[in-house]
Amino acid sequence: MDLLLKIWRQKNKTEKGGVQNYRIKNIEPDMSFLEMLDVLNQQLINEGDDPIAFDHDCREGICGSCSLVINGAPHGPDKGTTTCQLHMRKFKSGDTIYIEPFRSSSFPVIKDLVVDRSAFDRIQQAGGYVSINTSGNTVDANATPIPKPDADEAFKSAACIGCGACVAACKNSSAMLFVGAKVSQYAHLPQGKVERNERVINMVDQMDKEGFGSCTNTGACEAHCPKDISLDNIVRLNQEYLKSKIL
Amino acid sequence: MKPNDKKFPIPSKVPDGDIQNKWKKHKGTIKLVSPANKRNIDIIVVGTGLAGASASATLAELGYNVKAFCFQDSPRRAHSIAAQGGINAAKNYQGDGDSNYRLFYDTIKGGDYRSREANVYRLAEVSANIIDQCVAQGVPFARDYGGLLDNRSFGGVLVSRTFYAKGQTGQQLLLGAYSALNRQINRGKVKMYSRHEMMELVVVENKARGIITRNLVNGEIERHGAHAVVIASGGYGNVFYLSTNAMGSNVTANWKIYKKGAFFANPCFTQIHPTCIPVSGEHQSKLTLMSESLRNDGRIWVPKHKKDVEKIRKKELKPTEIAEQDRDYYLERRYPAFGNLVPRDVASRAAKERCDAGYGVNQTGQAVYLDFTSAIYRYGKEKAISTGQDTKNNELIKKLGKEVIRAKYGNLFQMYEKIVDENPYETPMQIFPAVHYTMGGVWVDYNLMTAIPGCFAVGEANFSDHGANRLGASALMQGLADGYFVLPYTIGDYLADDIKTGQIDTNTKDFEEAENKVREFISNILSNDSGNSVDYYHKKLGKIMWNKCGMSRNEKDLKRAIEEIKNLRKDFYKNVFVPGKPNNYNEELAKAGRVADFLELGELFAIDALERQESCGGHFREEHQTPEGEALRNDNEYTFVSCWEFQGKDKKPLLHKEELIFDSIELKSRSYK
Amino acid sequence: MQSSIVKKVLMALSGIFLMFFLLQHLTINLTSLIPDDGKTFNAISHFMGYNPIVQFILQPILIFGVCFHFIMGFILEYQNRKARNKKYIYHKTNSSWISKNMIITGLVILAFLALHFYDFWIPEMEYKYINYEVSDPTKYFHELKEKFYGATYRTAIYCISFILLGMHLNHGLSSSFQSIGVTKSRDKLLRAVAYIYSFGISLGFIAIAIFHYFTH
Repeated sequence: MDLLLKIWRQKNKTEKGGVQNYRIKNIEPDMSFLEMLDVLNQQLINEGDDPIAFDHDCREGICGSCSLVINGAPHGPDKGTTTCQLHMRKFKSGDTIYIEPFRSSSFPVIKDLVVDRSAFDRIQQAGGYVSINTSGNTVDANATPIPKPDADEAFKSAACIGCGACVAACKNSSAMLFVGAKVSQYAHLPQGKVERNERVINMVDQMDKEGFGSCTNTGACEAHCPKDISLDNIVRLNQEYLKSKIL
Repeated sequence: MKPNDKKFPIPSKVPDGDIQNKWKKHKGTIKLVSPANKRNIDIIVVGTGLAGASASATLAELGYNVKAFCFQDSPRRAHSIAAQGGINAAKNYQGDGDSNYRLFYDTIKGGDYRSREANVYRLAEVSANIIDQCVAQGVPFARDYGGLLDNRSFGGVLVSRTFYAKGQTGQQLLLGAYSALNRQINRGKVKMYSRHEMMELVVVENKARGIITRNLVNGEIERHGAHAVVIASGGYGNVFYLSTNAMGSNVTANWKIYKKGAFFANPCFTQIHPTCIPVSGEHQSKLTLMSESLRNDGRIWVPKHKKDVEKIRKKELKPTEIAEQDRDYYLERRYPAFGNLVPRDVASRAAKERCDAGYGVNQTGQAVYLDFTSAIYRYGKEKAISTGQDTKNNELIKKLGKEVIRAKYGNLFQMYEKIVDENPYETPMQIFPAVHYTMGGVWVDYNLMTAIPGCFAVGEANFSDHGANRLGASALMQGLADGYFVLPYTIGDYLADDIKTGQIDTNTKDFEEAENKVREFISNILSNDSGNSVDYYHKKLGKIMWNKCGMSRNEKDLKRAIEEIKNLRKDFYKNVFVPGKPNNYNEELAKAGRVADFLELGELFAIDALERQESCGGHFREEHQTPEGEALRNDNEYTFVSCWEFQGKDKKPLLHKEELIFDSIELKSRSYK
Repeated sequence: MQSSIVKKVLMALSGIFLMFFLLQHLTINLTSLIPDDGKTFNAISHFMGYNPIVQFILQPILIFGVCFHFIMGFILEYQNRKARNKKYIYHKTNSSWISKNMIITGLVILAFLALHFYDFWIPEMEYKYINYEVSDPTKYFHELKEKFYGATYRTAIYCISFILLGMHLNHGLSSSFQSIGVTKSRDKLLRAVAYIYSFGISLGFIAIAIFHYFTH
């Protein structure tokens, strides 16, 4: 298939960027979206041009490196899919595809489509953990049974890959789905309950410091989350936060 | 190559005594560093996967100052995150006869008797603690309805000892280690350097004293000093270009320390994983694994008759239309005791054997079926009985069965469907082996220290525990064991002599030389204005590796591979074109550095494979097989670890042999029949 | 107050308070449809207008609530816009227009409030507290009729505003309950309540306006 790509190019953090058009031919439907970009990059290199920078690593939808807003949607049109798992069979020949970086004041562009998502790391560093030491001198793993529904719920929240699509999708650039998922995971487990109050306060404080917007429950984050993290996590974040403030 | 017969130059430091007591005794007798002194000692950790993140966190917890480096944009993205199936631990929660000894035995046997006994026993010994630790950290492992931890079983063993979190165990474990790391970053004990690539090791007076890194965002070359350097940069499967590794996974850190004096051990021991999604075309950038856990419930087969194969390839026949008696469940046929759950090397070779014989089921002839029909039926029936529903209604049973399968492997099935565009609930999956893991790596002693004093290697980066073949769900175990429970103890033995050294000065000649070398490489590689892309070379190298050093190897091909790689390398330095500048974000430049190292490693890989004239584990030499086509080991001549020492550019590396002594286990030929 | 969650919870609480007020307002206004020549309507209106608790406690609280909701809405909107310094060229996400444009429906409601105050509240305040006129317990129904009967523009503006109000409430209701963490998201009951409530309020007020437009 032949495509017209409108891709955001930006040399570095400070320089002003803009959209450039690229035509690309003979793309096979079995290619992944990123493989299509690989083909384009090889083409650019062969012409002596600078290839398009984009983040990617595992290419199996789990590391959370890949990003891209494709035709207005983070990770593209396929629900519950990361960009690296999006395949070209979802497009048809002659299509025009807009490719932009994840946009948020808290995710500054490094180059082209690569953005700096270290704000997420800093939020996790503020409290996304259970403060036990790593000596292994803990109780036996089966000493505290955890009801299966709780464990399953915790897992569902823990499935977040930290890609930032929630922020990119949200009109407010809110990171509450990401923060909510981590807070919920621990809130569901007995191990996480000890520090639940400090955790949620510290993480939300850091989130605010990073300059993310606030949630207005539009649901765009959930709709575009490649791991289908539920909006319930934000509700739980609110609950946890209020509890910690009031109680 | 004539093996070098000199005595092994470095003691392996394996303690004396009973295998059960070695680690205990060692821990009790090695030197310690006092808490006050730990505060003055810096440690560099390269890589933040399971081994790197857990090591960084624990070392910081103990009081050392840690600097952790990763090339990804966040430590959470290390490729450990992609591990699917599970993590082994000798907990015996299922009461099926598991024990430390049995895990040890399975691992040694699974590794085809090419690993170091004492290391493997230690691994089995600390395995149970890993699960305790991870649960305490809030890792949401799968649980049964009683609220206790659930297990599944993996290839090459007869017990259920694998703990899992759906098909995302690696993710959950890595996020656990990442959270421990974050806690230490927050405490100020770990300084995290993301998007940094290690470019060189700095050795001062025969001790590892720091590294040179390149900041991948702004291209700055930086010097970092420390009292010890820990390499946790994972495996080198990407030497094959197509593998299940992440795009960025590389051998660079390992290779740099090899060139500074560390030994590279068993480079040819590579694991080819039997259940991956087959290659679909030339454009393919990477391969996707389908967890081994699928072999718990999936049955592997090809058609019995060539005429059916032809029809399937022409799409005139669907796999579901082939009758049961016309299918060849070749693993069940050849290995009745273990069936579909034979170890990975065995399953991969068996698939290759069938495909080479012309029974491959896709257009390229490079695929076999992994079929869930019987499992769906079996689970459906169980569910119907337990919920009191109609057991004669086939549609209902199928529906119930699919639900069970979805709960177990839902995400894997979804992943398959996205990539292949076929529904694996309705039609069998197509799979084919792909490069997945490298058992070989940097040689380390019992303390996990390499041949360079002060330079350590943990996780997949080292060679120690898996011999010639790794069992499923053991990589996560080893990474975390090394990082949480082994290195933090053993590193003290080395650092105890270093407490008076004081801060490492990076304004010295050694640092300057190392930095200049890096700068020189970068300016050289950027000198061409046109030519072939880095990927062009990487793909070529991958083809050589896969065709001549892949699932089966022979003398002629290996010799040819060595020559071809040499030539390719020459061509690379002459004609590679890397666009862009050194002082900003430049992925091509980063890739060029990695591929340059792969081009050297590839040759060593082939040399090692050529030298080892036996078949063992993942290393299959066509010259050495039984009449039935099984691997034929040569214990008399090859019960050793091949440790290669760098001798200089374009010079033949020197082979040292660390003899493997088996006191607690009898060397037997591996049989899964 | 610094925290984003506290802000949005206060936004939600003030919203919920205003929703109760609207329900009350609608209930009273609906009595103007009772065919008793406005007796009931006048009685309740007079009570509301002259009861000291309503006038001097509830009314200031209401005014504060309204102002708070608007000001906080603006602050949040400002901050949320600031969180994305560079806009997308093409952004098309899977979320409803209503949920993404509360500021627009909110601004329309603000403009409507100005008109509504100009129509009713300011004359009333003038009447009571500036001119100190004697209370007339029967004037309310008459005033209402006067404003709407045959007043095409006013009625049209009111009706359009009520539609936008309904949209605002539709998202506002479910959103505020999620914000204070009472329900799960996508809660079916909550969605149903939101639909019933927002349609009810919107259609109720529209019905009243249209009724008085046509009848004298």
